[in-house]
Amino acid sequence: MATSAISFVGIWTVIIAAGVFFYVLLDGFDLGIGVLHGLAPSNADRETMMRSVAPVWDGNETWLVFCGIALISAFPLAFAVIIPAVYFPILVMLVALVFRGVAFEFRFDDETHRAFWDRAFCFGSTVATFAQGVVLGAFIQGFRVTGRQFSGTSLDFLTPFSIMTGFALLFGYGLLGSGWLIIKTEGALQAWARRAGRICLIGVLAAIAIVSLWTPIIEPSIAARWFSFPNILFLWPVPLITCAVAVWEWRALGGGADAAPYAAAVLLFLLSYLGIAISLWPMIVPHQISIWDAAASPSTQSFLLVGTLFLLPVILMYSGWSYWVFRGKVRSDVGYH
Amino acid sequence: MALDALTLSRIQFAWVIGWHILLPAFTLGIASYIALLEGLHLGTGREVYLRVSNFWIRIFAVAFGMGVVTGVVMPFQFGTNWSRLSDTAGNVIGPLLAYEGIVAFFLEAAFLGVLLFGRKLVPRWAHFVAAVMVAFGTLLSSFWILATNSWMQTPAGYALVDGRFYPENWLDIVFSPSFPYRLAHTVTGFYVTAAFVVLGVGAYTIRRGLFGAEGRVMVMTALTLLGVMVPLQIFLGDQHGLNTREYQPAKLAAIEARWETASPAPLTLFAIPDPAAETNRYPIEIPYLGSLILTHSLNGTVQGLKDFPADQRPPVAIVFFAFRVMVGIGFLMLGIVALGWLLYFRRRLFDTRWYIWACQFTIPLGFIAVLAGWTTTEEGRQPWTVYGLLRTADSVTPSLTAHDVVVSLLFYALAYLVIYPTGVLYLLRLVRKGPGKDAIAPPVEAGRAELPVARLPS
Repeated sequence: MATSAISFVGIWTVIIAAGVFFYVLLDGFDLGIGVLHGLAPSNADRETMMRSVAPVWDGNETWLVFCGIALISAFPLAFAVIIPAVYFPILVMLVALVFRGVAFEFRFDDETHRAFWDRAFCFGSTVATFAQGVVLGAFIQGFRVTGRQFSGTSLDFLTPFSIMTGFALLFGYGLLGSGWLIIKTEGALQAWARRAGRICLIGVLAAIAIVSLWTPIIEPSIAARWFSFPNILFLWPVPLITCAVAVWEWRALGGGADAAPYAAAVLLFLLSYLGIAISLWPMIVPHQISIWDAAASPSTQSFLLVGTLFLLPVILMYSGWSYWVFRGKVRSDVGYH
Repeated sequence: MALDALTLSRIQFAWVIGWHILLPAFTLGIASYIALLEGLHLGTGREVYLRVSNFWIRIFAVAFGMGVVTGVVMPFQFGTNWSRLSDTAGNVIGPLLAYEGIVAFFLEAAFLGVLLFGRKLVPRWAHFVAAVMVAFGTLLSSFWILATNSWMQTPAGYALVDGRFYPENWLDIVFSPSFPYRLAHTVTGFYVTAAFVVLGVGAYTIRRGLFGAEGRVMVMTALTLLGVMVPLQIFLGDQHGLNTREYQPAKLAAIEARWETASPAPLTLFAIPDPAAETNRYPIEIPYLGSLILTHSLNGTVQGLKDFPADQRPPVAIVFFAFRVMVGIGFLMLGIVALGWLLYFRRRLFDTRWYIWACQFTIPLGFIAVLAGWTTTEEGRQPWTVYGLLRTADSVTPSLTAHDVVVSLLFYALAYLVIYPTGVLYLLRLVRKGPGKDAIAPPVEAGRAELPVARLPS
């Protein structure tokens, strides 16, 4: 019984970790395009940018719902502690995503108000991204917990650190968005995306540096995790590889294969994600509650696993297929061609 | 009633679910209606079914998109405002909620694209299968969400360990005592709601005179379906009531505003319940009828609210009046449908201009009845979230202050008050365009202006 419980916890940790990562990579680029949308050089470019994400953005967003419901089922205690602690950022994110969603839906048939809906899309994307960054920052910092409940106030999330991570994610999603644009566009817009990508990369690297220095200073357990012997022997390649990927990303944005900047951005996100996981493991509520303490009963986890293992591959295959269908460059006048 | 974090959280939940439920109430029925039209087209080969189907697919796409977007908000409410419920009952209700989401996700991924964009790209039978699967998917979604709700109303198959719920038997959890009744009653209610929308839009289309054939198809199919479903719904409602009497007697007493246990019990048609004095003001009662309806016998016993401690009674007035709104609309619907059939058999249905004119205004009826029914069952199960075991007051997130929830409620209020009127205007424009030939352009679902499958190898 005990061993099977542990293995279910492991499987669900992997599923949710992968779900969050998928969400960040996929919705990250379309949110990033929303962020960049307001800065684009011309109306035609803005139209092209919208079309480059039109067929896939709503599928990307469903990963957010998946992560939410997987968390409440597999780790209900973590859900019950974390979500109240980030009450306002979650609220702002949800309302911004709702606005962004309907704006996208209405813009294609409502030509008289298209400029308004486009601005709503841009604004909603920016606000949702910032809110997600704030959630991330608050999460890394940890929450006040008493017994089985969050015991701080709904404004605890608001710290210089979480504001910083909010801005950091704007750059991060901006980097993913420009990577996507480089794949999907050509000519002047692609050149613009390459320049925008470099600006975002500078922001992302600055944020990675700040988080890497700040978290060990404010949280001794993180410093111990990274710098104690023998951990440091195994972990020193992480920052080194990150630096190498950063150099690759800078060069890829300068020219070369269209897919390279997005691929390098994915690697950067993966390394940052890995860094956070190393810092916090095995706590699902940072510094407080471990994945085993937060886990639902084995019966709960196995009951949901049956359906998930059947449905998830189908969903993944269909998502992959729809990306395949929409491969190729996009233009403002003819859409996909 | 103090406006504390608890009350405000309840208002917020009612607000976001109240708006959200309108969309599945509509799309569930329309999905099945589209499958029916596709089937009729496949069977008879008549083009008119195809035009009507395309018309409703376009409307379905927009409503479904809005349903998905507003649905994203829902699971997070269990964390933001009801975290103690999530912790206490998450082991049991978590997977039920999750299955709803995954099934909806699966449906969105696998079949919606083919239904919306694949008409010219897949064989006719495959398009029909996609339509059936989308309809089936919406039913599965309802299955899981109502299983969740029913378990909370009539919990079963669980064990209580250290004050938290653990699953013992998943079959008992999913098929809790009120579930079959709630599922049948709700799904039929959603079908009726959608059918009245079709009836109203059909009547409008006929009156405009541009697409008479399409309008007549809509009115006739709607009246046919309603002729079966409205009487069926009244029967199912009665059965659901008997189930409530057995498992949630306090809710039933509130529905009837019955304070004293009585046998025989009268039926209270109207009254102003006075909870302070534990009595009704200005009651209008019919002797024996209460027992007859609620127990199916003339002298059956109906339990009164005084049998329950005051802190275990639901608010009486809201439940009493919401129930009467629902039942009143139910019988109004029955009258409208019966009249339609009477006119049809006298071969005067489409010549009776006032009837067709009046049918246009039946569109909101189902929605109001759904909201009234939902209010009855949700207010009637108070003060519990998990009936008899976990109080609503013990389910709310402890860290929230009233100020927090005022702010979030204002956000949600503003957002939905912008989105819904805009969405309705948008849908009205689609209705005004009508089911014409020029309107067969591919629909827009969540911004998919171009055919997502246009690049299929040909």
